[in-house]
Amino acid sequence: MSHYPLVHNLFDEDVVKEPIRAGFGRGLLAAGEANEAVVALCADLTDSTQMTKFKDAFPERFVEVGVAEQNLVTVASGMARMGKIPFTSSYAAFSPGRNWEQIRTTACLNEQPVKIVGSHAGISVGPDGATHQMLEDIALMRVLPHMVVVAPGDSVEAEKATRLLAENGKPSYIRLAREKTPVFSTDDSPFEIGKAYILREGNDVSLLGTGTMTYQLLEAAKLLAEQHGINAEVVHVPTIKPLDEATILHSIAKTGRVVTAEEAQVAGGFGSAVAELLSEKKPTPLKRIGMYDRFGESGAPDELLDHFGLTGTHIAETVKDYVQTTPQYHQDY
Amino acid sequence: MQQQLTIKELERKAYVLRNDVIRMLERAGSGHSAGPLGLAEIFATLYFDIMRHDPKNPEWEERDFFFLSNGHCVPIQYAAMAETGYFPVEELLTLRQFGSRLQGHPERTKLPGLENTSGPLGSGLSQAAGVAHVLQHIDKQPHRFVYVVTGDGELNEGNIWEAAMFAGKYKLSQLVVFIDRNNIQIDGTTEDVMPLEDLHGKWESFGWHVQEIDGHNVESIRDAASMARAITTKPSVIIAHTIPGKGVDFMEYDYRWHGAPPNSEQAREALTKLRTLAGKITGEFE
Repeated sequence: MSHYPLVHNLFDEDVVKEPIRAGFGRGLLAAGEANEAVVALCADLTDSTQMTKFKDAFPERFVEVGVAEQNLVTVASGMARMGKIPFTSSYAAFSPGRNWEQIRTTACLNEQPVKIVGSHAGISVGPDGATHQMLEDIALMRVLPHMVVVAPGDSVEAEKATRLLAENGKPSYIRLAREKTPVFSTDDSPFEIGKAYILREGNDVSLLGTGTMTYQLLEAAKLLAEQHGINAEVVHVPTIKPLDEATILHSIAKTGRVVTAEEAQVAGGFGSAVAELLSEKKPTPLKRIGMYDRFGESGAPDELLDHFGLTGTHIAETVKDYVQTTPQYHQDY
Repeated sequence: MQQQLTIKELERKAYVLRNDVIRMLERAGSGHSAGPLGLAEIFATLYFDIMRHDPKNPEWEERDFFFLSNGHCVPIQYAAMAETGYFPVEELLTLRQFGSRLQGHPERTKLPGLENTSGPLGSGLSQAAGVAHVLQHIDKQPHRFVYVVTGDGELNEGNIWEAAMFAGKYKLSQLVVFIDRNNIQIDGTTEDVMPLEDLHGKWESFGWHVQEIDGHNVESIRDAASMARAITTKPSVIIAHTIPGKGVDFMEYDYRWHGAPPNSEQAREALTKLRTLAGKITGEFE
């Protein structure tokens, strides 16, 4: 039934793992080859934000601004005034963490297509600790008028997203992760900005994931079916703003129960965006999985995901408890 | 393109812009007085002499750029734009009103001829540097210049010094910045609030060509801009010493007029003062 092609070895040991940011690096190079208006700016993190390929191919269109995130996005705003399509990269904790007002005024209010590339988002950044584990970026970016917010689920999707963001004409935020994560999509999997995708069909509960959490939801859905007889629908929501309301509401009309998952604060984040949609359009019981009003800490990425309940195994447990205690809502309002 | 004006005519234009500013602020009932009045000669000289621009074709592909970094001084820019023909002078009186294109702080998307959106301080210089970088290093258009006006209180912002380092590194010689050195900001004098001196030395050490001028002398303003354009190895900053509230004696030097507009009685008095200032220029437009 599902029209979304997943990799054949989704749950195998040999599933390809790659950092989402690597896909961004390929996408930026491709965007630069397709359109000479694409330029790239970096705040002293060229290699770790994967801008090196672009820099090597187009040295004249790459601008090193140093450790200066406010200048990073405001120079980009000026370059956009000259018709350029600037991608600006740093760690998400610094951009958009430090330069939110500059993004608000000179990109969003000024309606310039500045692209904010926030790498190393989420707690899976690991040993660097709480200062570098950006958890509030989704909330910060999605409240801004004109801003588009995308959190790709894997590196293959990040490549597609980057190429499309280069051509969307709008200020945009793309959220990237540091660690290698399983690649679940294929070259043939669809991706459009503003679209959500049903990766697995089910009737008992809708599991809505963004970014790195979508793969964990696929794992959770497998465990729920095998161990508890719960048939979960998995909805991948790479675009947090604008939200694909139709796909989400259609899924929820069928299942009557919703769980969201994100590697971010649930307050103001993806789960909040879904909560806003549901409370206005179709009130439905909702469980949000993510970080609950606290910061992360140092540790190995897997260790942290496990500790904070963000692995497939933990999520399956959380969903099982939720499903067993929550009735399905199928009333028409 | 505008025809060349004489020094005397430019001085007269500055007087016209001051009149516009007082009438705008009185009608608006809010806004900043001192900064815009002190910038009248700089804006008159920029818009009527220095810049290559076409008010009837704001997106002219050969134009120079102007970026106002301290957006709260926008009344003087609106006055200069109206008087050079970007829009009807009568529209100036819609400043800060609902539905007006003349927002309290400049918004590019509202009014053709504005290159940026500013208000929160410290970001205009970076945006101008972005344009200058493209002109010089990517699109290779060495004949076009990017002019900026910043406040001096604004120089408290870290974003300014990030931009200063950036422009110094990339030797953005098509970037010409006027600092409105009027020595006041909202909480008092700049040297009390957060000392800026040695301002000349600061910019020089960031790799800039620095000039200091009397910001009310249009000939000095014009000459400094010419000198700045002739410097091809580094960005230029012109520290323009100005008198806040210039032309209206009860507003001059008084930081309390930084963020306040005149009421109708004060406006009437101010317009009278501006006419007496005309004694210095000529009596022909009394």
